[in-house]
Amino acid sequence: MTAAELIAYAAFEGGVFSQAFPAFGVERRGAPVQAFVRFSDEKIRLRSQIYEPDYIIVQDPTLIRDVDVFNGMSSGGIAIINTEKPDLDFRVPEGVKVYIIDATTIALEELGVPITNTTLMGAFAAATGEIGLEPLEHALRSRFSGSMADKNVRAAERAYTLIGGAA
Amino acid sequence: MLEFMEGSHAVAEIVKRCRPQVISAYPITPQTHIVEDLAQMVANCEIDAEYITVESEFSALSACLGASAAGSRVYSATTSQGLALMFEVCFNAAGMRLPIVMTIANRSLGAPLSIWNDQQDSISLRDSGWLQFYAEDNQETADLHMIAYRVCEDHDILLPSFVCFDGFILTHTFEPVALPTQEEVDAYLPAFNPYQRLDAANPLSFGMYATPEYYMEFRYEIDRALQRANKAFVKAGREFGEQFGRDYSGLVEGYRLDDADTALIAMGSICGTVKDAVDEMRERGRKVGLLKIRAYRPFPAQEIVDALKGVSTVAVLDKNISLGNGGAVGTEVKAALYGSGISVYDYIIALGGRDVRKKDIVAVVDLAEKGEGDLFYGLRTEVL
Repeated sequence: MTAAELIAYAAFEGGVFSQAFPAFGVERRGAPVQAFVRFSDEKIRLRSQIYEPDYIIVQDPTLIRDVDVFNGMSSGGIAIINTEKPDLDFRVPEGVKVYIIDATTIALEELGVPITNTTLMGAFAAATGEIGLEPLEHALRSRFSGSMADKNVRAAERAYTLIGGAA
Repeated sequence: MLEFMEGSHAVAEIVKRCRPQVISAYPITPQTHIVEDLAQMVANCEIDAEYITVESEFSALSACLGASAAGSRVYSATTSQGLALMFEVCFNAAGMRLPIVMTIANRSLGAPLSIWNDQQDSISLRDSGWLQFYAEDNQETADLHMIAYRVCEDHDILLPSFVCFDGFILTHTFEPVALPTQEEVDAYLPAFNPYQRLDAANPLSFGMYATPEYYMEFRYEIDRALQRANKAFVKAGREFGEQFGRDYSGLVEGYRLDDADTALIAMGSICGTVKDAVDEMRERGRKVGLLKIRAYRPFPAQEIVDALKGVSTVAVLDKNISLGNGGAVGTEVKAALYGSGISVYDYIIALGGRDVRKKDIVAVVDLAEKGEGDLFYGLRTEVL
């Protein structure tokens, strides 16, 4: 949910309307959770979950075994998958572009904990072009303070550069 | 200025600016973030309020009841089983004419246990004498708190109110909200001026024993006050619009109802999805509109009749079920439209957090226009 919140916040900072919300199964850390984000030039009224995403972020690759994470995606979509195993085997719908990133290692190196929200946010920004580095950094600095903010910005920027965003 | 925040946080921020003097609440999903934020604000001395921690919702509302009777502006928040536990105190607060404002983070009631959204909890307290307002988005949720205090504390009303917003769907959603400044809120909502209060120098009794010679008259007075709340809400909502530019002068709000043949009726966050679905149906040439019910108590029967003139079919979306007799809103809409010649169909929908999509709204309109209604929409018959 934190990643969704931060992405939506950065998009809002970038000048569009946005919405982020979770779909909880059970409320405990480690349980599978979905969270959704919408952006729009107009006020967002729709409250349903998202069934045909333009973009997906998969934080935990072990979910791919149990869940069809690509469900509803169509040609032109972008998937960002966090995994340490670049040879991970999965079936991708035609026309969906997949970015693989080892966000866990980046998070461990930059933050000291395997919490990948901010790293994947940087990857999302670079892969989709939906949010710029500046609003992204602003979102991170309003969510975190002091050295935590610096570390999270560094993690996001590393992912951004790795995916190929123009820094 | 729009700021990006969680719905629960928007509620806590606006409650802070309403300057409650006593807050008492017991945390329960999905209301928790509201009271966590408020407890933090009290601890940080951002609000000059007493935060009374208690061991149950029954005690939370009892503490609010006592504090309100003593002349304080009070606030609480709850949901679902917590509201069920307050049942007795809810009736007492209304009967004692105490203008308590309580947020309901709407959630289904057990059993079976469900933490997810529908509106069964507040609907089940419809006969308690509390005003009930339902918000479509987090902006409206925040705004309705200010209006609720204004209406409740009006000496012609003096009743408590629920400000209802859908659990998770709004409580946990981050979206842009414009929060007024403290000065702006102060200009709209003056300090609480109690009509009467507990005072050792001038002793009074609240909630006394009423013999059969008096009890009915007390009940009549509460009912009259609720009826008057209709006009008080319109006035407070209009004045809110004049100050803040967001108009709430209607107990109901029409959306693309002009020339509509079929009208949907709904309350709460589902109205946003319905509006998008209505736009799509309009693009395809279907004459469909929405009547959003903002105030469920007092029930806006006349406003509904007036708003639906010219409509031939009505589909009511009920996120509740009065077990044994259909949805609560549908039942009351049918009574309001009795004799009008309009066909009214009720649809029990989205109970226990089942998601509602635009295509579901279109399907409901299809059913209503075929004359098929008074049913549970979207039942998974394979598990029955």
